[in-house]
Amino acid sequence: MSGKNPGNGDFSSRGQAVELRSTGRTNASVPTCSAAVPTYSLEPERYELAAAAPYRFDLDRREFFKFLGAGVLVVSILTPAVAAQESGRTRRRGGDESLPKEIDAWLHIGESGQVTVYTGKVEVGQNIRTSLTQAVAEELKVPMEKIELVMGDTQLVPFDMGTFGSRTTPTMNPQLRRVAAAARDTLIGLAAAAWKTDVKHLVADDGKVIDQQSNRFLEYAALTKGQQLTRTLPAEDPLIPATNWKVAGQSALKVNGRDFVTGKHRYPSDQKLPDMLYGKVLRPPAFGATLVSLDTQKAEQLGATVVHDGNFVGVAAASSVAADAAIGAIHAEWKSEPQPSSKELFEYLKKNPAEGSDPTGDGDRFDLGAVDQALAAADLKLQQTYTLPYIAHVPLETRAALAKWEGDNLTVWTGTQRPFGVRGQLAEAFRIPEEKVRVLMPDTGSGYGGKHTGETAIEAARLARAAKRPVKVEWTREEEFTWAYFRPAGVMELTSGVRNDGTITAWEHHNYNSGSAGIRTYYEIPNQRIVFHETQSPLRQGSYRALAATANHFARESHMDELAHAVKMDPLEFRLKNLKDERLRAVFEAAAKQFGWGKSKSEPGQGFGMGGGHEKLGYIATFAEVKVDRKSGDVKVVRVVSAFECGAIVNPDGLRNQVSGSNVQGLGGALFEAIVFENGKILNGRLSEYRVPRFSDVPVLETVLLDRKDLPSVGAGECPLIGLAPAIANAIFDATGMRLRSLPLIPDGLKMS
Amino acid sequence: MATIRLAVNGRSYTVDADPQTSLLAVLREHLDLTGSKYGCGEGLCGACTVLVEGKAQQSCVTSVGSIGQKQVTTIEGIASSFGPGEERLHPVQEAFLEAGAMQCGYCTSGMIMSAVALLRKNAQPSQAEIVDFMDGNVCRCGTYPRIVSAIEKAAKVMTASGAGKGAGR
Repeated sequence: MSGKNPGNGDFSSRGQAVELRSTGRTNASVPTCSAAVPTYSLEPERYELAAAAPYRFDLDRREFFKFLGAGVLVVSILTPAVAAQESGRTRRRGGDESLPKEIDAWLHIGESGQVTVYTGKVEVGQNIRTSLTQAVAEELKVPMEKIELVMGDTQLVPFDMGTFGSRTTPTMNPQLRRVAAAARDTLIGLAAAAWKTDVKHLVADDGKVIDQQSNRFLEYAALTKGQQLTRTLPAEDPLIPATNWKVAGQSALKVNGRDFVTGKHRYPSDQKLPDMLYGKVLRPPAFGATLVSLDTQKAEQLGATVVHDGNFVGVAAASSVAADAAIGAIHAEWKSEPQPSSKELFEYLKKNPAEGSDPTGDGDRFDLGAVDQALAAADLKLQQTYTLPYIAHVPLETRAALAKWEGDNLTVWTGTQRPFGVRGQLAEAFRIPEEKVRVLMPDTGSGYGGKHTGETAIEAARLARAAKRPVKVEWTREEEFTWAYFRPAGVMELTSGVRNDGTITAWEHHNYNSGSAGIRTYYEIPNQRIVFHETQSPLRQGSYRALAATANHFARESHMDELAHAVKMDPLEFRLKNLKDERLRAVFEAAAKQFGWGKSKSEPGQGFGMGGGHEKLGYIATFAEVKVDRKSGDVKVVRVVSAFECGAIVNPDGLRNQVSGSNVQGLGGALFEAIVFENGKILNGRLSEYRVPRFSDVPVLETVLLDRKDLPSVGAGECPLIGLAPAIANAIFDATGMRLRSLPLIPDGLKMS
Repeated sequence: MATIRLAVNGRSYTVDADPQTSLLAVLREHLDLTGSKYGCGEGLCGACTVLVEGKAQQSCVTSVGSIGQKQVTTIEGIASSFGPGEERLHPVQEAFLEAGAMQCGYCTSGMIMSAVALLRKNAQPSQAEIVDFMDGNVCRCGTYPRIVSAIEKAAKVMTASGAGKGAGR
């Protein structure tokens, strides 16, 4: 582990861990792109359900212009070394063994001056369509309305691992800015040639190149007319510093917002094709069940196309009602095995290490100093266990896909955070080369880490192949609750030693199953033992917004509060005494100031608490005020103050939405969300049985943004979530003296003893 | 299967469907009005909210057979149209847009329809009344505070222009 950038667990990771800095290709072709960003690896998507197998759809330059029309095109080109690696990957999949063609198109300016930008990142509500448009507008000096982003269409956009890990702003934003800067300089060069003057007299502004000496100008459209010009990255142009931003750094409304308030936008579940059928899959009664007998005769008599392929049984019919009826007419018997239940979950996790994993956690640990001696010598020792359950993402749009075959070419529209990953899954499932699969991702009804996989894409494609017509599959809410995947449950065991003066001397942190994101402590502690223990999981689990940083911060920041009380120090003073990281100190201090930390309580049942940390390159401190009704046990979160810092802010308005949205979503996991299961069945897989935060749950939310124009912009979709649960737990302790160490904190109110 | 006549957004439609089919499925599949969304199928998330005779109703738990000749209004029907491509947004739509009261936007249609219904009933709701009325609509991105602000803003605009009464058939 490098000492330079602690906290994000650059453990060497086993299994299907995916390096988020990824393809090497992007890095090689644009070496300067990530240079300004600290190069530490983030928590790998440990529970990624499928590794990407990157092919690319290739076009040579001439084909690009045939496809896009004349104009100026900015591309990136692979170096031969990287190309060779890529071909190795290609060979691994047994596909086309020729060297991949080496061009990726990023930005095209057409003859009308219309700008089209290509990115593999996708929009799931985090508003990157807007913030990336701002970035391009800034560098290209063109109004935002002239820019269109093509996102997540695997046939058109450069390969991308996927939209997760808060990576869009630190990597794709500078990448597109660099691309836009290259395009701008190309246009300036064209104008200089046209005017036979030196580029140093020329500037770009508002879609024009202007000669400052004579005040003459040329519109971009006039410059691109009749051109078939490519400009290759890497460009050496310096990017515009944040202090000089005019478009970026300002609040911008959602670029296509009008389509959302009018209902015009077509989400994946709204897609439609002529002759399309509606697909439905027969679900087993329990996880892992196998089909014993099947009678589909009645379903076929109803006119449905029925597919039985191994354990897959599905139908396609002319309407969703007809598809439901056909599924209802199928008689099937399944055999299932006894499985663990949520009642015994935490015991199960402790007792069942993952197969092949090292029970000591030697592969996934960090050691510093001598923990056991330091614990023995400490004035005060504290040992506590914290837990959190599986929870569901509950994206309001359930998984959906529309699939169409033309010969053995497959096109699928689906809502996924990994269009290229889903392309790989489809190629795998149907044993066809990835070149024959195109995945398109219309802006989708949220993901929160829950849409990395392509279940509906595969189901729709399987049914469409049998029906010989396009088929759409939309999951019901119950299917989404049951057959997607969950935020991993976890057990965290923390042991610490502290001196009477409040100096922490020893820290031991074990995490069973939930993950290693945010597991490293940012407090200055000379002796540490930090271990992630991979275990078996009774349920299918995967990424969830902020990954395990929520779990590990809940445990650590609760434990910090307990220690502060043990040594009779103010929790803020205790934290700051053990904290050197200036960026983290700054958010704690800013939030404390806004919150009015230190004020006395104004009414009975009131409690104040805090939690904070850093994750995905951002820094957060969250302060909460709760009100506990001592008679009924009702707990109301009254007010939440967050101070957040993510480098130079790109879109303050969008950022506030993300921070306050993180707090609202985080309320559910903190207070009442938990999946209940037994014997391979989800027992609360409906909205009537699984409570999510509503209007009436929302506290007063105040957000303080620290704009660090001297630092690279980083992502904001995840980090703001992590301080909330400990802040609330600590506030409940402050109000009642009751220490709650399990999330959700109050699924049924507080039981006053 | 039956032939059912429906009045949606001021137009009349005839569809062949089982009367038990949900209004939501008919809107989306038969009429291609996909602005109303499926979210839970239990009437508990509000993504499918439409107006029936001006009142908010969860179309996922409303059978199409129960509608009869009642006027149905969906998100596609609340902007005023002045001919092809020319429309003026409803003040609630305008307010949502200006307040940035959406993230992924999937709940937005239902939120707007509920808000329109609220403002028809109560032209100047208090914050507590907004929260109470809107509590059946879920936004998983957690945009609630901005949605409340947008509704307050729309209420002001509509009261000032006297537009409250006519909105939403």
